[in-house]
Amino acid sequence: MKRLINPYIAFLYLIPVLIIIGLFRFYPILFSMRASLFKWGIGGPGAFVGLKNYLHFFSDKYFWQAFSNTLWYAIFTVPLTLFISLLVAVLLNNSLRGIGIFRTIYFLPVVTSIVAISMVWKWIYHPEIGLANHILNCLHLPPQNWLAEWRGIFELMIGRELPLFLKGPSLALFSIIIMAVWKGLGYNIVIFLAGLQNIPENYYEAAEVDGASGFTVFKNITWPLISPTTFYVLIMTTIVSFQVFAPVWLMTGPPAGGPLGTTNVLVYYLFDNAFNYSRYGYGSAISLFLFVVILALTVFQKKVIEPRVHYG
Amino acid sequence: MTRSKALLLYIILVLGVLVALLPFYWMIITSLKTPVEAVQFPPTWFPHRVAAQNYPEALKVAPFGRYFFNTIIIAISTLIGVLVTSSLAGFTFSFIKFPGREFFFLSLLAMMMVPLPIYIIPGYLILARFGWLNTYLALIIPWTVNTFSIFLLRQHFKSIPESIFESAMIDGCSPFQFLTHIALPMIKPALVTVAIFSLIGSWNAFIWPLVMTTSDKIRPVQVGLAYFIQEQSTDYTLLSAASTLVIIPVVILFFIFQKQIINSYMKSGIKG
Repeated sequence: MKRLINPYIAFLYLIPVLIIIGLFRFYPILFSMRASLFKWGIGGPGAFVGLKNYLHFFSDKYFWQAFSNTLWYAIFTVPLTLFISLLVAVLLNNSLRGIGIFRTIYFLPVVTSIVAISMVWKWIYHPEIGLANHILNCLHLPPQNWLAEWRGIFELMIGRELPLFLKGPSLALFSIIIMAVWKGLGYNIVIFLAGLQNIPENYYEAAEVDGASGFTVFKNITWPLISPTTFYVLIMTTIVSFQVFAPVWLMTGPPAGGPLGTTNVLVYYLFDNAFNYSRYGYGSAISLFLFVVILALTVFQKKVIEPRVHYG
Repeated sequence: MTRSKALLLYIILVLGVLVALLPFYWMIITSLKTPVEAVQFPPTWFPHRVAAQNYPEALKVAPFGRYFFNTIIIAISTLIGVLVTSSLAGFTFSFIKFPGREFFFLSLLAMMMVPLPIYIIPGYLILARFGWLNTYLALIIPWTVNTFSIFLLRQHFKSIPESIFESAMIDGCSPFQFLTHIALPMIKPALVTVAIFSLIGSWNAFIWPLVMTTSDKIRPVQVGLAYFIQEQSTDYTLLSAASTLVIIPVVILFFIFQKQIINSYMKSGIKG
């Protein structure tokens, strides 16, 4: 049997994969590491500067702004997505007539393009004639500047200025967060539904016999048994939220990242450095920083949170 | 469930539907308003006079026909590439024992961890050296290998009993014939999943083509729409018409294949 196939035929079959992965996945990482050590402008690689691009982070206030904006974005997007999508999934996990239609409709934003979605949300957020302010009007609430508002949401809530990070994300960034949660919900609902459907029916039947209330059932059966899915959604939404770019490019500015840089996120900042200012070396350093942050967060979540996950 | 509980559940779910659909509704009715009506405040929930001319007008202002054509070329070429490479690699990793198999497979999985934005700067500089900027090649070739698809197909190939493979080999079938004639037909649902992800991914791709193209001749539809939005930034009737046109193909496909599409995403979570 062994003689019938030459094991080296494997490499023949893997040639296309090896070439493309090598050239477009592996090599670019090395290329980026190298580029991050150079002053690299429009004319190609210039002087070797060692770690200067990385040291520049410390004195670059726009970098820190972009980093903290990205953190705010993740801090709000991840828990909101987790909470709402689990709630909706639990509601949808009932065998009622027509429940599949709801699932389909909730999923629609997931497959539609971020470009079209960003356009219409920008229109909804229009400070003078937008639908969002019209709805606030109808509810007798004061209109907002939405994407044009640089003040922090906590400042707006209490109506006075706050120092540093107590401001919270700007309302402009928070407007993007609302849209992002809306767009990503359907995907996470479906992932949670898949997890919920794996919970054996007899647990719930036993709980019903014991006369347990809805919340007790959720706390003692659903929550522990769904935890592998919750953990998966937590990791994925965290990774994805650190990569936000398109809505910033499409909805804010000009210049994008505004007002006052309060929607500038790391991916937009590296894009801006590389493609608007031809600072490829510095841009590469920012991308690798972002990569390390994402990796570190993933490892952290695996180490600290995964031990609390209940694997059937 | 009692009737009143069911009623409450339906009310909550219907409110959710309103939230999910409102932006789409707003896009469509804006695309049907006259520019004058669109800027009225308070806004109208139904257009007084349907202005369908926004659609031909949007198509006249930017070469959307060309953008659609580009996207279709890119999506189909990428799809063919992904199906070929992930079938071959998924098959190899599940049926052929070769030195370094674990190493290669784990390296491939590790590559899945690298987020896309990390690639845009080195990708741009490397493709510039190849002279590939503003070509279809730049938008197709790097995406003809998809590690997730390789992983998915490998999982499905693994469900085919080894004994079938061995007896086919003894009967003088070549590994390639086994793949094309026996293994692939057995994992059709997984191939559909791979195809769905590939097509939706190509249709909605944004940051990579944004960086790699500057010419209208090559631009796919999302990038074309994005620049159209930036340049026409005030006339939301035209922007809404163009956006509606761009999402219609995916929305139609989604409603036709919703079962397969949602199931594919469901499985992606369990496997991933």
